[in-house]
Amino acid sequence: MPEVAVGIDVRQHSLDLFRRKRLFSLGVPLIVLAYLAYIFVTFDFAGVASRANPDNARTLIGDSYSYKTHVTRDNRSGAFSIAIEGETKGTYPPGMSPEWVKVDDDNAVVELEGGASVEFIGDRVRMTLPGYGVIEVTSGSGGIDLVLPTDVVPDWINASNTRVSITTPSGRVQVTRSKTDVFRYAFGWELFFFTLDSPFYGRSFGELGALIVSPVEIVPGKPNLVAMAEEFWTNKMWRHGDVAWALFETVLMAFLGTFGAALIALPVAFLAASNFTPSRWIRFAFRRVFDFLRGVDGLIWTIILSRAFGPGPMTGALAILLTDTGSFGKLFSEALENVDDRQIEGVQSTGASTLQRQRFGVMPQITPVLLSQLLYYFESNTRSATVIGAIVGGGIGLLLTQAISTQKDWEEVTYYIVLIVVMVMTIDGISAWLRRRLISGAPALH
Amino acid sequence: MAQAAPAPQGDIRSSYLRDTQRRRLYSLVLVAIFIACLVSGLKLAQSRNAGGFINGLPQLFAFPSEVVSEAVQKAVNLPGLLLKYLPSLIETINIAGVSTLVGAILATVLSLLSTRGLARWPILIPVFRRAMDLMRAVPEVVIALVLIFVLGGGPVAAMIAIALHTTGALGKLFSEVNENADLRPVEGLASVGSNWSQRMWFAVIPQVVPNYLSYSMMRFEINIRASAILGFVGSGGIGYDLRNAMSWGKGRYDEVAAIFILLFVTIVLVDQLSSMYRNRLVKGSHHA
Repeated sequence: MPEVAVGIDVRQHSLDLFRRKRLFSLGVPLIVLAYLAYIFVTFDFAGVASRANPDNARTLIGDSYSYKTHVTRDNRSGAFSIAIEGETKGTYPPGMSPEWVKVDDDNAVVELEGGASVEFIGDRVRMTLPGYGVIEVTSGSGGIDLVLPTDVVPDWINASNTRVSITTPSGRVQVTRSKTDVFRYAFGWELFFFTLDSPFYGRSFGELGALIVSPVEIVPGKPNLVAMAEEFWTNKMWRHGDVAWALFETVLMAFLGTFGAALIALPVAFLAASNFTPSRWIRFAFRRVFDFLRGVDGLIWTIILSRAFGPGPMTGALAILLTDTGSFGKLFSEALENVDDRQIEGVQSTGASTLQRQRFGVMPQITPVLLSQLLYYFESNTRSATVIGAIVGGGIGLLLTQAISTQKDWEEVTYYIVLIVVMVMTIDGISAWLRRRLISGAPALH
Repeated sequence: MAQAAPAPQGDIRSSYLRDTQRRRLYSLVLVAIFIACLVSGLKLAQSRNAGGFINGLPQLFAFPSEVVSEAVQKAVNLPGLLLKYLPSLIETINIAGVSTLVGAILATVLSLLSTRGLARWPILIPVFRRAMDLMRAVPEVVIALVLIFVLGGGPVAAMIAIALHTTGALGKLFSEVNENADLRPVEGLASVGSNWSQRMWFAVIPQVVPNYLSYSMMRFEINIRASAILGFVGSGGIGYDLRNAMSWGKGRYDEVAAIFILLFVTIVLVDQLSSMYRNRLVKGSHHA
């Protein structure tokens, strides 16, 4: 008799369980969907989609792998200048020009990709486009005059009385009263190794390799390899030296912050662990200090500290240090509470003093845990240091925000992003390798 | 070996001592190198900082005390200000919430695709792994700043940036969890002819859900901080308000104080709640 009763009970119970599970498996996706719908509305996704600027995205992506060279005619003086990205640092010195530009006094010919070409004849610009025809633009004191082979102005030409711009896949022409610009696009990062004023500019890798072994010194008094390295390091366009410094500064912030915090947190953690500090009040006080340090987020610490210490790596390091002291204090004291007492008693039985008990009974147990946590934080802090650098003004974060705020040096932004990713991955790799060694080699540390 | 066995005790003792001494020497050298790095690093950081450490020390409390004194002076305003910034706080929390959610969902898929024994296309495991490594390595601020340029300021840029990073970070943790999942239920389902997504949904997910939730909670905690910081760099939420309030300068520090309080309380609260919940989850999974 009782067996039957139990059977019904179990049956009822499992039916209930099934019903609850079914409700759960239906309810959770519904809640998730509802939340996403709410976010869709509050974050105004529709508005963002309409406000998004696809042109910006196009320049950004285009710029990240290609560059343009400006050939500019000053329409008042009639003088020509050729500059990469239109920057002074990338301006060709007089008498030097890429092979696709021919300048003689008042006239010039610019060859574009795909057989197109642009001729400057005094104030007149004649653009020849295969498959379309010849476009003539004349800029004079009365305004800008546009002559097309067809009656209808195509949508890739934007013309008014004061400004004409012609955008084609092979290049762009822009004419205003004061100047005429021709943009020619090319693949790659311009002047990445050597700038125009460098004696090594324009040489192929083969030539450079030959120069390294040749005894002829290009820069007198210096071996070619040294001269090359110097030219590369001080490249005005890309500033490789400064960028390397900035990367180093970022790692430095993370290093000082992480390990400084560990050095402070380790002794204090003993005071917050219940098996080392019997007094409840002391423990409570220190735990709240750790909670406070963690709760006042890195952002607030960064702001407060940059007020006192100004921008720079020290400020960033201190911000990381303060937040992480809180995190490490909590982690370490938890690790200390999980320590095996038998080992400590064993050491104590040999007549060891308190300090010796900690050193030989406790430290060997927690060192692998602590070090692996530390290494993990070091990697994560390298990333934080990039953000903090953007706020306090130090390291690669600063360079990145500067490059982004110009809204045109996207090739530099790409370069920095690649470097940051490589930096983080390297640190991650090193720390993972060390952690593996620590865990497998843990007995050796005892 | 045959010689070692009858060796006199003195030999063992001296070789042990030699070993210990050598190990101690190595540790000493390592510690010395570490301290040298630390000290020279400190010196370097100090010399490259705009304001020195010693000069700045007296000013360390100047700004906080200004904020506190102004907040105390205008204590009447404080409740109103807290209310005023509540919507931005909710936005910050929402950024963190939705990016954790989206990140966790993407991470679940990616981690299943990159776990040996579970993957849909075993050849592609390295591809998915590298993709997660890459997402993990890019700091949120980088993506956020680029997206702000394209999408304009606002919470969406921050959300996408944090979600991408979360996908990478959680994906790695999730795939470690997956590796410990019992494969027998998967094989059972395979034997009755279920497809890959059914096998994953009914055989793997129920096993790993407690750990997934626990890691996602931890990530949510981290993401709240990240979304506050990204706001300061230009996307929405309370970080953005904080930057504005800071730029108004003296006289408006009561607003700064209100934002500090909101941020602090939120972070501590989420911290406590998540650790409480995680403790329960871990205990619950032990019982099961």
